[in-house]
Amino acid sequence: MSVQLKTPATNAYSRILGTGSFRPDVVVTNDDVCQWIDSSDEWIRQRTGIITRHRADANTSVLDMAEAASRRALEDAGITAEQLDTVIVATVTFPHATPSAASALTERLGATPAPAYDISAACAGYCYAVAQADALVRAGLAQHVLVVGVEKLSDYIDNSERTISFLLGDGAGAVVIGASEVPGISPSVWGSDGSKWNAISMTHSQLALRESVLGSENELLESAVDEPLEEHANPWPTLRQDGQTVFRWAVWEMAKMARKALHEAGIEAEDLAAFIPHQANMRIIDEMVKQLKLPESVVVARDIAENGNTSAASIPMAMDRMRREHPEVSGKLALQIGFGAGLVFGAQVVLLP
Amino acid sequence: MASNEEILAGLAEIVNAETGLDVADVQLDKSFTEDLDIDSISMMTIVVEAEDKFEVKIPDEEVKNLKTVGDAVSFIAAAQA
Ligand SMILES: CC(C)(COP(=O)(O)OP(=O)(O)OC[C@H]1O[C@@H](n2cnc3c(N)ncnc32)[C@H](O)[C@@H]1OP(=O)(O)O)[C@@H](O)C(=O)NCCC(=O)NCCS
Repeated sequence: MSVQLKTPATNAYSRILGTGSFRPDVVVTNDDVCQWIDSSDEWIRQRTGIITRHRADANTSVLDMAEAASRRALEDAGITAEQLDTVIVATVTFPHATPSAASALTERLGATPAPAYDISAACAGYCYAVAQADALVRAGLAQHVLVVGVEKLSDYIDNSERTISFLLGDGAGAVVIGASEVPGISPSVWGSDGSKWNAISMTHSQLALRESVLGSENELLESAVDEPLEEHANPWPTLRQDGQTVFRWAVWEMAKMARKALHEAGIEAEDLAAFIPHQANMRIIDEMVKQLKLPESVVVARDIAENGNTSAASIPMAMDRMRREHPEVSGKLALQIGFGAGLVFGAQVVLLP
Repeated sequence: MASNEEILAGLAEIVNAETGLDVADVQLDKSFTEDLDIDSISMMTIVVEAEDKFEVKIPDEEVKNLKTVGDAVSFIAAAQA
């Protein structure tokens, strides 16, 4: 062959350069929750460790929260929006199928024309995005990637049901990932198990919503809807879960994946300064700490108590908080693991900024 | 394969590790929730640990039927057979 294609100049390593988060104002207590479902403050605290969740009001959108967290992360990383050359938003609650939250966010931040896209991996979305950002930077396709985990779950729950809604909160967390002189993100351990597709899912599809609004005589719809709504069902699709199935998977399967992430990183539990698991349930966190035999010295993120489960936002929010409350973890190693609807999971060991 | 006495003793150790309850309190006629004050989440841990220890499968749907320590011992014994 007479010509040879050029390929990008690669970077040896990547790392997290800065973090930022945004917590919306509305505080929902367990007593508030108990006005909507048959439960008690004691039951919720004991089974989940949740005391409050923060939720966004009607005037605060997914984009507003993402923008606030992103600006803080950029400032913390010491870079400007123009320096971003990729923006990835992990979310399942942006209310438009298309265009993406990421392209709107990129324009708001002043980072246009950076490539921008959303990913749908629920509570593992942030770890999936970190896997991609790490690969993009090392491959030389990007120098500064903004990764945002953001959710307004309050738009997709039914406060009167008891399987999942009482656990969930809203918020945003962001990190900037760029080239590094030292290894800062270990090989990602990530995967999925679609055999448990229904373990955490929506009550029905948007097509069933459309049918219930427009009526089934609309001929365009005939072939589209596989399962029409029950007569009195709320037409707006909301989240449900099989808590026991998810709990068992989240603790015992995820402990295996967390150990695998440590192994792939070439470190032992003793080498960690911090453990930042997805904030799903305090009992899951406690059990994982036990399974992984983490030494007392490891700082464990327990943001769930005040913030509830914020899906894709939970790890970067908890990381940002930990860096403020425990500055001693800076420059040290943290194990992060996300897991949720899909089912999907992702884990890495990261060097904390 | 373990005898019923061995299963009970093994189960008592698991309950002790999860809840701190004395192994002597874990008796066949005791209800997990009412007598031993074990909540549904601790119960999941106990079930998974028991699956591991006795090399049996205890499906999610079955857990609800294991009201007493005796129910669990019988289920495990039958599953091992
Ligand atoms: C949701 C979860 C807290 C429910 O706890 P659980 O112990 O599995 O609850 P169960 O459904 O087995 O119900 C146990 C009892 O509590 C009751 N109960 C269930 N939900 C309740 C609630 N929200 N408030 C009060 N009581 C509740 C049930 O009616 C049942 O009572 P009974 O024994 O008298 O019939 C728990 O399963 C969980 O956290 N799972 C992990 C889910 C998760 O983190 N998902 C997100 C991952 S991204």
